[in-house]
Amino acid sequence: MHADPVGVLTGAHFLDGDHAACEGAIAAGARFSAGYPITPSTEIVERFSHRAPKIGGTFIQMEDELAASIAILGAVWGGVKAFTVTSGPGFSLMMEHIGYAAMTETPCVFIDVQRGGPSTGLPTLPAQADMMQVKWGSHGDYEIIALCPNSPQECFDLTIKAFNLAERYRVPVFVMMDEVVGHMTEKVVIPPAEQIEVEPRRWTSKDKSAFQLFAPCGEEQTPEMTRAGEGYNVHVTGLTHDERGYPNMTPAVQDRMIRRLVSKIRDNADKICMVEQDEIAGADVVVISYGITSRVAQRAVENARAEGLKVGTLRLITAWPFPEHIIRAMAPNVKGLVVPELNLGQMVREVERCAAGKCKVIAVGHAGGTVHDPAQILKAIQEAAK
Amino acid sequence: MSTPVCMTPPANPVENFLRTDRMPHIWCPGCGIGTTVNCFSRALLDSKTDLTKLSIVSGIGCTGRVAGYVNLDSFHTTHGRAIPFATGLKLANPEMTVVVYSGDGDLFAIGGNHLIHAARRNVDLKVICVNNLTYAMTGGQTAPTTPLDVITATAPYGTYDPAFNLPFLVEAAGAVYVARWTTFHVRQLARSMAEMFKKKGFGFIEIISPCPTLYQRRNKMGDALDTMKFYKQFSKIKHGAPTAEVGLTKSGEIIVGKFVDRERPDFTSMMRAHLEHALGEKYIPVEGPVCS
Repeated sequence: MHADPVGVLTGAHFLDGDHAACEGAIAAGARFSAGYPITPSTEIVERFSHRAPKIGGTFIQMEDELAASIAILGAVWGGVKAFTVTSGPGFSLMMEHIGYAAMTETPCVFIDVQRGGPSTGLPTLPAQADMMQVKWGSHGDYEIIALCPNSPQECFDLTIKAFNLAERYRVPVFVMMDEVVGHMTEKVVIPPAEQIEVEPRRWTSKDKSAFQLFAPCGEEQTPEMTRAGEGYNVHVTGLTHDERGYPNMTPAVQDRMIRRLVSKIRDNADKICMVEQDEIAGADVVVISYGITSRVAQRAVENARAEGLKVGTLRLITAWPFPEHIIRAMAPNVKGLVVPELNLGQMVREVERCAAGKCKVIAVGHAGGTVHDPAQILKAIQEAAK
Repeated sequence: MSTPVCMTPPANPVENFLRTDRMPHIWCPGCGIGTTVNCFSRALLDSKTDLTKLSIVSGIGCTGRVAGYVNLDSFHTTHGRAIPFATGLKLANPEMTVVVYSGDGDLFAIGGNHLIHAARRNVDLKVICVNNLTYAMTGGQTAPTTPLDVITATAPYGTYDPAFNLPFLVEAAGAVYVARWTTFHVRQLARSMAEMFKKKGFGFIEIISPCPTLYQRRNKMGDALDTMKFYKQFSKIKHGAPTAEVGLTKSGEIIVGKFVDRERPDFTSMMRAHLEHALGEKYIPVEGPVCS
């Protein structure tokens, strides 16, 4: 189906990534956000607080990130699309409800505008150091989806995509921005509403006596949904539960439930994963990057090509699920993979795992606070090409 | 000629409110939580609340399990966070009556910050707090409600940190309805709940409830029946009592009754009035869930 035109500001705009992400959320149909201010993400909900009353939406500023991250889940079960936004310290506080959202299969979107950490770290400066936290931060086994925009335009586009994936798989989806992408201002084109694809909620049409809130349906292995007030008398719990939602703390039910929560993403990873590839065929070296670092790496790649090196690029638009098969296929055919990121080695671990010793893997780490010097990345490309 | 006798025992009128397929429940013999659920069901019957438009939200702990046993849209959330979940649910779907049903540890320790802010905002939530004066699910540790000089699993020599006076705290934070009963006062409690369901704004009922397995046993206070006798003998009904004076002690008087019943616009009314004033015709209020 198409976006509701009420929320869509069709036209060409000059927006920063934070504002563009907010417009993406609205275009995707979000009508509720709960937030707690934290730099450098706050502008997203500042804009939403301005826009919401004019589009039939609600913004509430909560008392902390724990509250914000579960208020959105209450709103989703109330029947709306909802999201929250944060950065490092707030993201740490939200982990409990990311697990609750995964366990209760509550479709929702979290936008994390990454800054330097750990702890209070660098409130106003960039990093990409929450990439493992987003995957593994809450306790227990579960799978999530994480997207990495590298421009304000993508902050708009991928936030819509995030809502669509959240609805399709009933899973929390993350837009993993960084301070630079969040605060850089560029042209953002918002298409007409009828050109924006929006995934509807998986509303059930089943009879009240037949409906099971956690019974998998379709190739997504994802249940249909309802909302409070429809007479289905649903039960939603963070305890291990059966298809009816009833607590059932047995190894058999745990095994069945957790395997499905994981496999609904893993089995559909090829459909979910999005990458951008350039000059991979015949390349000796491939630079693998995501977010703002992909734009910095581009300079290094161009300089390397000018030196006659055969360099391809692979940009991770989806960090999670990780595009394993692409790396596995690529590794035997190249001399080396170069992985620059604004952390001291996070996604490179996945690259190393999938390359499985078939080629060199060179991490180009950076503790954050600014972006890489392209010369650092060029040096790694030269090393990898040897 | 004898009149035909129906052999099926008459169903208990509260049975319709329960997920009977989930029985037996997990609560211990003598626990007061089941009594409060009975009162809750009777309050829903008496107040003729539209059950389709009623949601119940619980946190974690013994009382947190209430959500799983009532045949309503029910949400068993995370520890301490029932109130912000309920806030999101209520704002997204304003036609719902949203009841938060949880324990003293959940609402006043780990969830204390959320409770005071929801009361400050006067979000239209009906909070039922079963106060058994301890963390019962985990084995009877010291809670912020445990009175002085009480033996707990983590205070083997007795408690020495003062407890919260819940009605005083909630009134100060802004609740429009505050009452306290014990599980001995079943009729008063059911009436009080029904009254709170009809009142708009942040309502709060504290129910003093026994935990014979952990609290009473460890403190040599007898069994469940002894606790009922204690409640009967030591409770004093004082409607309108100043909440500053209703703090609990280990074996002293329990002041019960309706302490606060006042008018204050709730969060949604405040928001709507303000945005209508600020935005005029540009304001589109939320009438119900709007998700495609």
